[in-house]
Amino acid sequence: MAIANVLLVDDETPFVEAMTRRLTKRDLSITPAFSGDDALKRLKENDKLEVVILDVKMPGMDGIETLQEIRKRYPLVEVIMLTGHATVESAIEGMKRGAFDYLMKPCDIDHLISKVSEAAARKRQHENKIIEARMKKIAGRMV
Amino acid sequence: MTSGSHKKDPYYKSLTRKMILTVIIVSFTPMILVSGAILYQFHVSYHEKVAAHLEELVQKHKQNIDYFLNEKLSDIRFLSQCPQCENLNQESFLEQQLATLQQELDPVFVDLGLVNAKGRQIAYAGPFKLGEAQYSEAEWFKKAIKSQYFISDVFLGLRGLPHFIVAVRKRFHGETWILRATIDFMAFNNLVENVRIGKTGFAFILNRQGEFQTKLLREVMPSKSTYMELLKNVSKSQDKICIVEAVDDYGKKNIYASAFLKNGDWMLVCQQNKSDAFSDLYRAKKIAGLIFLLGGLGIITMAILLSRRMVIHIALADREKDMMNLQVIETGKLATVGELAAGIAHEINNPVAIMVEEAGWVQDLLEEEEFQEGENLEEFQRALKQINTQGKRCKEITHKLLSFARKTDSRIQVVQMNDLIDDAIGLAEQSARYSKVVINTNLEENLPFIQASQTEMQQVFLNLINNAVDAMDNKGGGTIDITSRSDEDNILIDFADNGPGIHRNNLARIFDPFFTTKPVGKGTGLGLSICYGIIKKMGGEIDVKSVIDEGTTFSIRIPIPEDQLD
Repeated sequence: MAIANVLLVDDETPFVEAMTRRLTKRDLSITPAFSGDDALKRLKENDKLEVVILDVKMPGMDGIETLQEIRKRYPLVEVIMLTGHATVESAIEGMKRGAFDYLMKPCDIDHLISKVSEAAARKRQHENKIIEARMKKIAGRMV
Repeated sequence: MTSGSHKKDPYYKSLTRKMILTVIIVSFTPMILVSGAILYQFHVSYHEKVAAHLEELVQKHKQNIDYFLNEKLSDIRFLSQCPQCENLNQESFLEQQLATLQQELDPVFVDLGLVNAKGRQIAYAGPFKLGEAQYSEAEWFKKAIKSQYFISDVFLGLRGLPHFIVAVRKRFHGETWILRATIDFMAFNNLVENVRIGKTGFAFILNRQGEFQTKLLREVMPSKSTYMELLKNVSKSQDKICIVEAVDDYGKKNIYASAFLKNGDWMLVCQQNKSDAFSDLYRAKKIAGLIFLLGGLGIITMAILLSRRMVIHIALADREKDMMNLQVIETGKLATVGELAAGIAHEINNPVAIMVEEAGWVQDLLEEEEFQEGENLEEFQRALKQINTQGKRCKEITHKLLSFARKTDSRIQVVQMNDLIDDAIGLAEQSARYSKVVINTNLEENLPFIQASQTEMQQVFLNLINNAVDAMDNKGGGTIDITSRSDEDNILIDFADNGPGIHRNNLARIFDPFFTTKPVGKGTGLGLSICYGIIKKMGGEIDVKSVIDEGTTFSIRIPIPEDQLD
């Protein structure tokens, strides 16, 4: 089983492709997307997605807008912001709006994987808590 | 620095000239108009005054003389009509009468004589022995016999002395007689001689032929033609007093006032030197002229001095304006370059990221077993590592550029000089390394913060570092020592290199705009002049010391604002 189901969003196709190859090799299940709209579509199609790696600067719907949309529709999905040096401020802005963390491009692959793992772990933890809560509820009803 | 250069500029020369001319014209025109009008008015009224004075004088004396002559004539008439006039032909009676006249009336009568129609003097009383004198051919007798009363011109006569005669024609015993009296010439002369006007004015009497009827006081012998001219003029205006100006034989200008006497036979002339008559006017003119001259000189001097000073100020202001313009242009350029750099740095980041990722992918692939035995595995791994390292270096460069670009605004902020120096070094490091220049820093910690524009300060530091690097490039390397320290109220920063130094001739002009020793197209010559402008604007100083073959040190002093000191 893969470490995590990841949605990789960046408008730079070669970057997405290279990352996909490398991350797949490291046991991550990668779904590529090339814009904010694209990302939302993929999330809708595939409810197994746990972590989104999101580029801040994209044409059309930018990283921050996409982040807000994701947090609204899929509050459990964790988002890691990916940024250039010039957009650190917007990455911090993203953190305030509920992103899990941010990384600067070009980033160290191992560092990225550890961040993704953490994010995925947190997501699962959240899910588990919810399941537990539901179970307790059902059990309580049964008694 | 170049305070002398603007004087050579033809623009400022012509500006100076125009200002001087304007000031002079504006000041002189009213001065000339006012003083001219006043002088003209004064001239006219003074002439009128002098003329009126002369006229009055002549009028008065004309009346005096006419009165004198008429009086003498009436004396003789009275004598001729007295009841004992039959006795007039007796000399004793005449003598008695003469004595009476001289005692009772006037001592001016010299002698008395009775002449018959044939011109023979029948009786005579007086100091000269003129009894029996024959006058039939005498000029006066011819005229006297024709008219009731007669006053002759002055003549020498038989006695050989100047005199004139008052004669009355009388008929008794059926015969025509002429009673004549001689008037003392000296007494008459005094009447006229006493007329004195100013220093040079005097009077005299002429007859119709232009002969003098009075003794002249002066040695000045007025030319006859002048008086003939006068006579003509006066006869035109009969009874009126005529005033003319004429040049005499000595080349002096005189004023003549004249009037007819004795029913137009004689003419009284008052003559006065013009310079004497108008001495007050001339003095006033002289004083006015002197004041005008001195005032004019003052105005011209002031105009020249003021204009020069103004033009120097204008030239300075122009230079400052030029500097400001250059600075604004340079700052604008720098901001544009900064934005451009930021854009490029960001854009380059993406391809570099892709390259690094692709290299990473190849590295991942190499780890698979089929490649593990490859001959060149190690080489591949080394090359990929190198690509990774260089990618990171690219990242660092772009980060530096971006951090520089973010500071390209000329707003005044609180800044720490050491940070700005570090930034500038970071940017210049690359080119310094190519020129084999090592940059050492010795920065005092906790330098006080000051108010400054980051961009401008960076511009200054970058400029100084780049200049030093350029200078040592030819030499093949060197070191730059940057030190910062602070004393009580200044921050002092030194940029010392051990380059080739600057020649003394160039040292003086090093901060001049457009001064450059770099080849055409390589340097604008603006760098240091802009640094100079920036530091001056902050109230600081930039100074340079240089020794040939040993190095150059630029020292910057920036004052710490007073509120910062507390």
